[in-house]
Amino acid sequence: MAFLEIDGLKKRFGNVEILKGIDVELEKGGFLVLVGPSGCGKSTLLNTIAGLEQITEGEIRVDGRAINDLHPSKRDIAMVFQSYALYPNMTVAGNISFGMEMRGVPADERQKAIDKVAKVLQIGHLLQRKPSQLSGGQRQRVAMGRALVRDPKLFLFDEPLSNLDAKLRVDMRIEIKRLHATTGTTIVYVTHDQIEAMTLATKIAVMRDGEVQQFGTPAEIYNNPANLFVADFMGSPAMNLIPATITTSGNALSVVLQREAREPITLPMANAPAGLSAFQGKPIIFGVRPEALTDPEGAERNASNIATADLHIEVVEPAGSDTFAVTNLGGKGVVARLRADANIQPGTSTPLAFNLTKAVFFDPATESRIR
Amino acid sequence: MSAVATPARQASGGINTKLVNRIVIYGLLALFALFYLMPLFVMLVTSFKTMDEIQNGNMLALPKAPTFDPWLKAWGETCVGLTCAGIKGYFWNSIKMVVPAVLISTMLGALNGYVLTKWRFRGATLVFGLMLFACFIPFQSVLLPMATILGSVGRFGVTLQNSVGTSFGLGNSTVNLVFVHVVYGIGFTTLFFRNYYEAFPTELIKAAQVDGASFFQIFRRIMLPNSMPIFVVTVIYQFTNIWNDFLFASAYAGTGDAMPMTVALNNVVNTSTGVVEYNVNMAAAMIAALPTLIVYVVAGRYFVRGLMAGAVKG
Repeated sequence: MAFLEIDGLKKRFGNVEILKGIDVELEKGGFLVLVGPSGCGKSTLLNTIAGLEQITEGEIRVDGRAINDLHPSKRDIAMVFQSYALYPNMTVAGNISFGMEMRGVPADERQKAIDKVAKVLQIGHLLQRKPSQLSGGQRQRVAMGRALVRDPKLFLFDEPLSNLDAKLRVDMRIEIKRLHATTGTTIVYVTHDQIEAMTLATKIAVMRDGEVQQFGTPAEIYNNPANLFVADFMGSPAMNLIPATITTSGNALSVVLQREAREPITLPMANAPAGLSAFQGKPIIFGVRPEALTDPEGAERNASNIATADLHIEVVEPAGSDTFAVTNLGGKGVVARLRADANIQPGTSTPLAFNLTKAVFFDPATESRIR
Repeated sequence: MSAVATPARQASGGINTKLVNRIVIYGLLALFALFYLMPLFVMLVTSFKTMDEIQNGNMLALPKAPTFDPWLKAWGETCVGLTCAGIKGYFWNSIKMVVPAVLISTMLGALNGYVLTKWRFRGATLVFGLMLFACFIPFQSVLLPMATILGSVGRFGVTLQNSVGTSFGLGNSTVNLVFVHVVYGIGFTTLFFRNYYEAFPTELIKAAQVDGASFFQIFRRIMLPNSMPIFVVTVIYQFTNIWNDFLFASAYAGTGDAMPMTVALNNVVNTSTGVVEYNVNMAAAMIAALPTLIVYVVAGRYFVRGLMAGAVKG
């Protein structure tokens, strides 16, 4: 039995269904990231777990106990808010101990708990300050301290890093990951940043319009997206999703990609998924991640199925660690990821290798994966 | 060449226009300020003059021999109606009426604002709309109905007095005035606090809920300590309004021991016997105006800040 179980959870505001039947599970000590674009219902889902929003249908269980009818303070959870939500009139110590004070914990125990948390988060020197005297990163730490001090069964994070600048965000991300590793707590984390989702999670739930599009480990989500939306949303730069058609040559299937002002490319698919044969002569979406489209020297040596084609390079973007080249296939801009020192010029034609082992196919009508 | 010369000419013309504009603006402002301050100046100088000097001298002239006698007389000796014990008793009457009325209406306004923004219920907007409506009711129109209500309450008080032995303050003129001012102040105080709390981050309330704070604990520990600016605005506004109120005061406590300052001042000035003692009248008027002035000076720096905070929603 999983530690956190959400069963058929529905949430309606009047006639509008915000969450349309969510089923998610998380093992003890797991790190669940709810990711999706704004308005997908991920924050609402987190609020229902916290008890700040009532649910219409379904059940939420933590450690085998249904909690969906309990008051937020009785659920044994702690929450870190996007704006940190530090009480401006209290000192850092007051903020951290407010919850204990409300629960009637004696003053000396509160002090002990504050000191312990301050040590873990290295905020001991800030305890007597007011939140307005802290920097963004320090506020973030205090907000985490307020959650940590409760020692709850479940931690809830609502986009905790989105108010920080880029560099600090990376630092805090690592810090949260370290905190999770050392304390072994169970965390549910909401973000719209797919990199945060990939780096932090043990399980990801990709959400759209109040539904879970795919639920799995980061690797599953990244390598085996269930549909077009997940494929497009996860990964940066995004997966290339190229309109294509399927033909047969002999008994093998091939993918045909249109090029601008030149004859189409035909890529033989040695390991085509079984469902693909039904799409002969029909339009499909051919998905290939930028790192699976690279210069032949940079291609994975042990990949079994590599096809090379000459492509016209329109734009070259040197990013330092990699070089991105943009070409045009099937009427769409397609990004290839090359080694940093790849010798490539815009306006020229260059051979690029498709790693077809990693290629995925989607039905443009249903947007679901062809397996 | 002309292309170069033109901007230079415009620039010098610009400076002249700017100067003229400045002179006109500051001149007008000074004139208005003068108009505004003139009556205050006359009141102030007159209150320090002797009657001889007032009758024979210039109204605007400074007192030749400044004397505090008019102030002392106004405070302790002047006649209000038939009793000649000064206005000090009525000053305390006003304080006894204003302080509870201001505090109760402000606290109720804060509570209303808290509920209307952070614990929204079905119809909250309608309730707020109706409370706003209360701000626009002309007080003249409620004088008679309210008098009837207060009369009934007073009779109930007498019944209580006879049966239980205490009237619980029902029927007492000061209590009546506090009640009336609280009722008619709630519309404004709710408006102030609701607009302030509308911009108050809701996540703080959520965080407090997760921390296990109750409805009133959140109000007392989170909302109120962060409401200083709007609290001061509301107190100043309510204090000024209730202290200066003459209509309700004269209608519901116009005679008798509970008469507030404003009515007493009117009776001092309107006396029809003997010489009109302008210096005493002016001193009494100054005393009557002093508390609102003090409240503003003490809390004024929050006033501008608070008005902004309440008015401009983030």
